[in-house]
Amino acid sequence: MSNFLNFIKDNKEKTFFIFILFWLLVIAQIETYSQLTTSGTFAATMRLAIPILLAGLGGIFSERSGVVNIGLEGMMIMGTWFGAWAAWLYGPWWGVAAGIFGGLIFGLIHAIATVSFQVDHIVSGVAINILAAGTARFFSVVAYANESQGGATQSPRISGEISSFSLPFLSGGTFLGNETSDLLRNLEDLNLFFISDISGLLGGLTRDISYLSFIALSLVPICMWVLWSTPFGLQLRSVGEFPVGSESLGINVYLMKYIGVTLSGAFSGLAGAYLVIESSGIYRENQTGGRGFIALASVIFGNWRPTGVLMGSGLFGYADALQLRSEESVHGLLLLISIVLLALSVYLLFNKKSRNGAISLLMAFGFGIWFLNSTSVPNEFVYFTPHITTLVVLSFASQRLRMPKSVGQPYKKGEGG
Amino acid sequence: MKVYLKILSFLTPLIALAISFGLTTFILILIDRDPVETFTLMFDYGTTGKSIISILNRSIPLYISAVAVAVGFKMGMFNIGVEGQYILGALIAAQVGAVLILPRPLHVLTIFIVAAVVSGIWAGISGYLKVKKGVHEVISTIMLNYIGAGIVAYLLANIFFEKDEDNSLKVPQTNYLSESGQLPPLNNILGLEELPNLNSFIVGAVFVGIFYYWLVWKTSLGFDLRATGLNPVAAKFSGADPNKLIVLAMLISGGIAGLVGMSNLVGYFHRYTIDFPTGLGFAGITVALLGRNHPVGMALGALLISFLERSSQILDLNNIPKEIERIMQGIVILVVVVSYEVVRRYILTQEVKLASRMVDKDE
Amino acid sequence: MNTAISIENISKSFPGVLANDSVSFDITSGTIHAIVGENGAGKSTLMKILYGMQKPDNGILKINGDIAKFQSPKDAIASGIGMVHQHFMLADNLTVWENIVLGIDGSNLSKIKRSKYIPEISDLSKKYSLPIDVNLTIDDLGVGEKQRVEILKVLYRGANILILDEPTAVLVPQEVEELFENLKNLVSQGVTILFISHKLDEVMEIADRISVMRGGQHVGTVNKEEASKKILAEMMIGKDLPTPPNRETMISSENCLQLKDLNGEPSLGKIPFEDINLEIKKGEICGIAGVEGNGQRELSEAILGLYPVESGQIFLEDIEITKLSTRERRLTGISFIPEDRQSQGLVVESNLIENIILGKQSSNTYSSRFRNVLFKNASKNSKDVVENYDVKTPSVQTLALALSGGNQQKFVVGREIDGKPRFLLASQPTRGVDIGAQALIWDKLKDARDMGLGVLLISADLDELLGLSDKLYVIYEGKLVKQLEPKEATPEQLGSYMTGLGI
Repeated sequence: MSNFLNFIKDNKEKTFFIFILFWLLVIAQIETYSQLTTSGTFAATMRLAIPILLAGLGGIFSERSGVVNIGLEGMMIMGTWFGAWAAWLYGPWWGVAAGIFGGLIFGLIHAIATVSFQVDHIVSGVAINILAAGTARFFSVVAYANESQGGATQSPRISGEISSFSLPFLSGGTFLGNETSDLLRNLEDLNLFFISDISGLLGGLTRDISYLSFIALSLVPICMWVLWSTPFGLQLRSVGEFPVGSESLGINVYLMKYIGVTLSGAFSGLAGAYLVIESSGIYRENQTGGRGFIALASVIFGNWRPTGVLMGSGLFGYADALQLRSEESVHGLLLLISIVLLALSVYLLFNKKSRNGAISLLMAFGFGIWFLNSTSVPNEFVYFTPHITTLVVLSFASQRLRMPKSVGQPYKKGEGG
Repeated sequence: MKVYLKILSFLTPLIALAISFGLTTFILILIDRDPVETFTLMFDYGTTGKSIISILNRSIPLYISAVAVAVGFKMGMFNIGVEGQYILGALIAAQVGAVLILPRPLHVLTIFIVAAVVSGIWAGISGYLKVKKGVHEVISTIMLNYIGAGIVAYLLANIFFEKDEDNSLKVPQTNYLSESGQLPPLNNILGLEELPNLNSFIVGAVFVGIFYYWLVWKTSLGFDLRATGLNPVAAKFSGADPNKLIVLAMLISGGIAGLVGMSNLVGYFHRYTIDFPTGLGFAGITVALLGRNHPVGMALGALLISFLERSSQILDLNNIPKEIERIMQGIVILVVVVSYEVVRRYILTQEVKLASRMVDKDE
Repeated sequence: MNTAISIENISKSFPGVLANDSVSFDITSGTIHAIVGENGAGKSTLMKILYGMQKPDNGILKINGDIAKFQSPKDAIASGIGMVHQHFMLADNLTVWENIVLGIDGSNLSKIKRSKYIPEISDLSKKYSLPIDVNLTIDDLGVGEKQRVEILKVLYRGANILILDEPTAVLVPQEVEELFENLKNLVSQGVTILFISHKLDEVMEIADRISVMRGGQHVGTVNKEEASKKILAEMMIGKDLPTPPNRETMISSENCLQLKDLNGEPSLGKIPFEDINLEIKKGEICGIAGVEGNGQRELSEAILGLYPVESGQIFLEDIEITKLSTRERRLTGISFIPEDRQSQGLVVESNLIENIILGKQSSNTYSSRFRNVLFKNASKNSKDVVENYDVKTPSVQTLALALSGGNQQKFVVGREIDGKPRFLLASQPTRGVDIGAQALIWDKLKDARDMGLGVLLISADLDELLGLSDKLYVIYEGKLVKQLEPKEATPEQLGSYMTGLGI
């Protein structure tokens, strides 16, 4: 017992996390909220998380090299436009390539402005976003206006789709041309506590996975490898931390920043292309819906690490998926929030933080009452769940995060001797 | 400052505009349209009497939005959240205005105050989060934009809606302001009866500009803001309290943002509807950057953007995509920020050189 | 024994300053050679020349007998010279080994040769007894360990001559002991070490030979056996101290500033200043002498209300100001000449009219009843200061950054003395300015004192302190260790108290 208590003491955050998951599982057992852990929800989560994940990975390259990139949104817009355009004309894989290219060009523009001309990073990022929105609109008019289904704000439907696969035996994929069992589906259908929920999660992540999703997910370990296991990654990270020191060791600071920012454009472009090709099948104006900004936020609270961005984007993807798939299950989250706040208030009160504890307790009751007196959460509130989550998480995490020391500061060549 | 440097600084926007027009010309040629024809059409249409009124009306919210952004910029803060701030302020003010019955000047004034207070508080959240929780204002204001938009949508759909005639459908809009809460157009006073309505809140925009100039350049608080923006350390040593200033700047910036929607509310729609213009907050950033946070510069910037928006409307009729204006805006803004930075650095180095030369001559 | 470095008639001048005036001496390889001198004696310029960061105007540099002409630090590194900077050149979010190998094998996408580097670094750290866990992040290291990483980094890149720039300035005593052990070890393995310092006890403990610099000149080089702290202090400070000018005492009996049992809040495990008790009368200049980094900065910020005080009280005349904000203290009448005018004292991108307001923006002089800035007063006062303090500027509309350092400083001093403050805190008021500006600032400080102003003068410049102070304290490790009579103070005395010997 004391071992257990010590574990909790030493791993407060892990315990908290496990606590939330546990109650999520419990709530998911209630029939109304069963959508919380079905394979369908998790499959949607993945599809919705990947654009944020990709742009976030890009953001890591940019920020690790010392350049703030709020232009991720604009670069993503270019990805959606070029992705849709090429996919419509030549097929989805060309769309992927064109999306990357479109984002990359805008990444390069941001690099020129911030690195060579030392324009304030945020000012340049805002300008990039404005330029991207304008460019996309203009291009749409030029390219789509006279096409059937197309117009000033949307493209015709793209042709073809990227094929997908399932894991054999576990999720019903084919093996040597033969169909195999869908073990996870079977388990999920049994409705067993925990086992079915986990099977839902695994099934959602392994059934009907498009190759593009597979590539996107595999970019997480690849980025980790590039950033932490290659001389290039080492140099890139040093430049965002202490460019003066890097330059004194003969590192080309400007080049590293250029590569970092341009890569972030390419990643955001890919994110945009994914959005078009995997989610909607067409380009629509404002399709990115602030995902670039959320990606930037997930870079921050992912502590500038790919795994952190993966977690962050997963969280947003999940919130988004619930909103899209099942509004009643979102209602279950109110109960979850209420329980979590209640636990938090107990913890705070025990640690003599009475003011915060009281606030937490009050909010727990608030959410509890809301839960009991309603059957659903208004759509509009669900819509900004990711954004409010961002604010809440950042409020709690900001002071503990470790950002690259020189991020956002202009650097002039020659300061490092 | 030497005269030629002053002239250079003054000319920079024009140089940037020339570059932007060059790039736009290039794009027009790429899509096989005649640039001279395009610009002539735009100029001719944009300078008609009707267009001028429309441009002025469009400039009002743009300018106020730019001023709101500029207050933040002046102390090195980025209020990207004017968008969410003004729509929330406008909606609440519209609802309060529709419910209240007051004599005219008081009624209108109350609406303005409600809008400014609501928007100010919304912006103040970002200031608080920055000071107390270390959340960067760029992220928090952007997130608050989405949250604000969601709240507005919710309120319109569920609480402030209007029932249609047979009481069966909810129409997402507030009730009309009573007569006393509306501002009549200026046309009668100016003798412009034959032209479209000129929104009288243009006077408000002018006041906002004067207030901004007075606040930032003429008051002790403005001095603190500017000093903090240019050198936070020296400002701290001089006694300015950075945390207090951050919150205060966000409150003021948000308060001004609250007025962005007022020309449309009290002078045009007289209610908040789903047609209420959005995007003015982001456009304000463009204008603030364009006008270098200068009260007159931003006025010119607002007029320029409005001119482009209005005059491009004619292009579609002539088989030129009017969206060329959107790309022009984008190009202008990017070219402008780069060229301002380049010129700023050049002028600073020239100043140093000049001063040392003049001092050497003395000795 | 071989000569590792020979310095022959090296000169280097900057506008208004002769930083090195034909300096010549040799450094024997495999020894620890200390270079001592006050701040501004020319040590760091010499080191920058040795490390290729600056080129000498005249003179020859020989490394192991060959003439060296360094264009950049890269050339110096290639010749086997390594520099351990006072401010570490480490990327804090990288690990130890990453910092050590950073930049060595380009920027390709191959797998980084971790399995080669880590054993190599471990071997190196064993060989020179510099224990370190190579997998830790720099963020997680103490200052002493960071320094060890710097040394390893330089050694790993093949250096056999190490320059250590004030290496002990940032260390606590135990860490200093460790560093010295390490340095002795390095030398026994054939490494040559240049040790720059102004702490005489340390130099006597560690160095084999000691070169002393003063005012850009090389005063002499002595073997440790021939040296004593007394001799070194004399060489460092010079035989003739300026005789404080006699003056009629006009010190009033009225209190100006009083510090009572003032203790600073600990930061990074160190108490910056402790039990400070001071009484400054009107018309008195109270000097605080000390080697930089002994709590002066924190003490002055505490007086201004920018550094938190743990206990104790501050009185201005008879008003307690301990709890007041910086702004309120400024309004009560505290004036401040900061040690770094560019970052703390001026908004360099604004003109002089705006800069004259800085620090007094809410005073009656510059702020009307309706909180409007009174630019008329600012314009008039800035012109007055420019005239009275001989600030050379085309006009008061000129941006502050266009002025030379000396003129910026004269402007700041004028601004702070003008307008009848009740108390002036002057921190290094003449650092880095030319002799002309220095003389003027000294005169103005004396004038202000004679008019009845109380001044706390914090400085590392002994000429300044002895020439101006009515009474003089020495600060060492955050404590006022000694009060001296300026007229009777001897260089040995000062040197020994400042370096912590006399306690």
